[in-house]
Amino acid sequence: MDKNQLNDHRTILLRYALLQLHDEAVAEDAVQETLLAALQTGNSFRSKSALRTWLIGILKHKIADHYRAAERHYSLGEPAGGHEEDPNAALEQLIFDGKGRWIGSPGAWNNPDHALEQDEFWVLFEWCQKNLSEQHARAFMLREMVGLETEEICLDMAISHSACRVYLHRARLGLRECLEQRWFNEKREL
Amino acid sequence: MKTCKDISGLLSESMDRPLTWQERWAVRMHLLMCRHCSRFQQQVHFLHKAAERYYPNKR
Repeated sequence: MDKNQLNDHRTILLRYALLQLHDEAVAEDAVQETLLAALQTGNSFRSKSALRTWLIGILKHKIADHYRAAERHYSLGEPAGGHEEDPNAALEQLIFDGKGRWIGSPGAWNNPDHALEQDEFWVLFEWCQKNLSEQHARAFMLREMVGLETEEICLDMAISHSACRVYLHRARLGLRECLEQRWFNEKREL
Repeated sequence: MKTCKDISGLLSESMDRPLTWQERWAVRMHLLMCRHCSRFQQQVHFLHKAAERYYPNKR
């Protein structure tokens, strides 16, 4: 394994670390330690994805170390034990009727790209994410922000493939609903 | 006949895996006549774009 191989994964690792550490410098440190640790072992991997899974495993330990050192409660990373009960299972019943038709059908969004340029939009985006159930938000962030593949998310959250699919879909439904109500409808209030 | 609920699920999944040709066909036929799901499709793409920008310039 060489430095270039590791660098391919750097961006993903950094985003993963940021998700949990919320501090760029601390996240950067954790990633550097991970890459160093990886370089020091002579392991080789059959595939790029096997390498990434291994790297994320090391990174998780680094993140846990950080929290232990800081004597703070570490709540995110490790799943509670693979239970798949979904707290927001009722969500879809609010969005679709018994025949699978939209109840609150998606409205037309006026100039969504413009929203991306505005600071208030990002405040709301975070707020909407926090309003999702923790599991849904985590699946969404791992997929769309960190850039993991669904298989990797299943592994990370210790859930089945079908649970993963459902979480991602519900996260999108929930986020969409929240942004529409709070931003894209004329009445805009937090 | 697939419902909006089914189609929205497939639209969401299309962000995570390539759909099969049967699924793509079902989605296309549905979108021809359903404005709501067409909007949902655009909005799911928007969510993807927004999430990508969330950590700007982190390289």
